[in-house]
Amino acid sequence: MTDAAHYLPEGLPAPALAEPELEAPYWEGAREERLLVQRCGACATWQWGPEWICHKCLSSDMRWTEVAPRGRIYSYERVWHPAHPVLKGHTPFLAVLVELPEAGNVRMIGNLLGDPLQDVQIGSEVVADYEHHNDATPPYTLVHWRIAQG
Amino acid sequence: MRGRTAIVGIGASTFHKRGTSPDSEFKLTLKAVLAAAEDAGIDPHKIDGFASFNFDRTDPSRMAAALGIDELRFANLFWGGGGGGAAAVANAAAAVIAGLASCVVVYRGIVQGPDGRYGDGRTIGAYGRDAAYLAPYGLMTPIQWYTMRVVRFMHEHGIARDALRAISMASYHHAQANPRAVMHGRPLTEQAYEESRWIVEPHHLFDCCMENDCAAAVIVMSAEAAKDLKQKPAYILGAAQGSEYRNQARVHNAPRYGSASFSSVGPRLFAEAGVTPADVDVAQTYENFTGGVLMSLIEHGFCAPEEANDFFKLENLIAPSGRLPLNTSGGNLAEAYVHGMGHILEGVRQIRGTSTSQVPGASIAFVGSGPMVSPVSDLLLGNGNTL
Ligand SMILES: [Zn+2]
Repeated sequence: MTDAAHYLPEGLPAPALAEPELEAPYWEGAREERLLVQRCGACATWQWGPEWICHKCLSSDMRWTEVAPRGRIYSYERVWHPAHPVLKGHTPFLAVLVELPEAGNVRMIGNLLGDPLQDVQIGSEVVADYEHHNDATPPYTLVHWRIAQG
Repeated sequence: MRGRTAIVGIGASTFHKRGTSPDSEFKLTLKAVLAAAEDAGIDPHKIDGFASFNFDRTDPSRMAAALGIDELRFANLFWGGGGGGAAAVANAAAAVIAGLASCVVVYRGIVQGPDGRYGDGRTIGAYGRDAAYLAPYGLMTPIQWYTMRVVRFMHEHGIARDALRAISMASYHHAQANPRAVMHGRPLTEQAYEESRWIVEPHHLFDCCMENDCAAAVIVMSAEAAKDLKQKPAYILGAAQGSEYRNQARVHNAPRYGSASFSSVGPRLFAEAGVTPADVDVAQTYENFTGGVLMSLIEHGFCAPEEANDFFKLENLIAPSGRLPLNTSGGNLAEAYVHGMGHILEGVRQIRGTSTSQVPGASIAFVGSGPMVSPVSDLLLGNGNTL
């Protein structure tokens, strides 16, 4: 996807890194079109979003691991009310919660690309789509999802 | 805790439409506290504790000074959002039982004017923490964060959207009997519900709580002290707070996702009170959105998920004759958005027998605060026959 074709209009809040040391690897990966999630070096538990320790064995040996940019829709919603001024006239839009079976079923939020009025089925296979915001300061990349073909 | 404390007084301000209160938040809250003291027949100078929730802006020390109370002995704020109303009452009760204070006011005041609306996303440039993974995708307000939980739950259990409509219509039905209700005189028909705009599917406009300028307060004292006061005590039979395993795992990664957060809290509540859901005569359940009420009542065992399509019918949810009359004052949807405090006041009225939609002979009332958030909390209130 290019800058000219963002799913939602310009002017929404950008992601900020409240704890840069913890959160930067994910965002840096997205810039390179690589999907990274945390995996525990001690017990191999997958974890998302970023946290300082493994929730299972409490090890601090959390390793950023590249995962296949594939998943399936775990839940979704169609948003009609514009909660932000720039969304006025740009609803409805679709948000999905995608689980990643190849990464311990961790779940990620994104938009579902395509017709916002499309019929959405929980369980549908989706693939990641990287939306680059190159003109933002600093630039960032959002991970969206689209229905997998065939 | 069972039966050792009681709610002895209730009070509320006038309920205003959002942004229309002639009084400041502090003044509205004072009015609610004074009304509760008057209701109980207590000299306000004898109040010695305060409890609230959700970062309430009314400072208890300023309140103590304004009221001229003799001595402040307890001041307590419960973390979280709308899940804290019942918990604030529980904290007040715990303080009384522990001897930290003897007369604790639980209050909550909301005037939205100067600090903006709950329902709007803030237009700041960037969001950190969990919002960094949500706001850039257009998810900036509670209904956008929580509707996905409802969608998942309804999908898992095959629950039809009609259940949500029944919950909404029950609240509007009860508000028509309640002259204090903001939606009094504005009945809701099935057609008007269906034709109202979507906010976030499957939630229509009428599935969402209102926003109001209002305040409410209740007074908690020992069961012993309650006997000598003006009103019939509403005894606190049980209280519980918290949420299940990893409920707030970051970015929608809670293991139990289709959940109102009560799966562990509900069983603790009933065990504490020594009663079962079947013993409950009337339910007051916080509604940010109707989907949360659906999940909450099911998680508390008022109905099994597979029975939901039959249970959540308007005739089952209304007083006086429904199986489980729900939100009998109109609740957050149709009475006023007092952040769940209105539900506590209404639970007390049902126990006293003074509701505008009274359930005949109600002896046990359930009050649930804050579905889908964490922590959440619950109360069971009972009359003297339940002790
Ligand atoms: Zn581990």
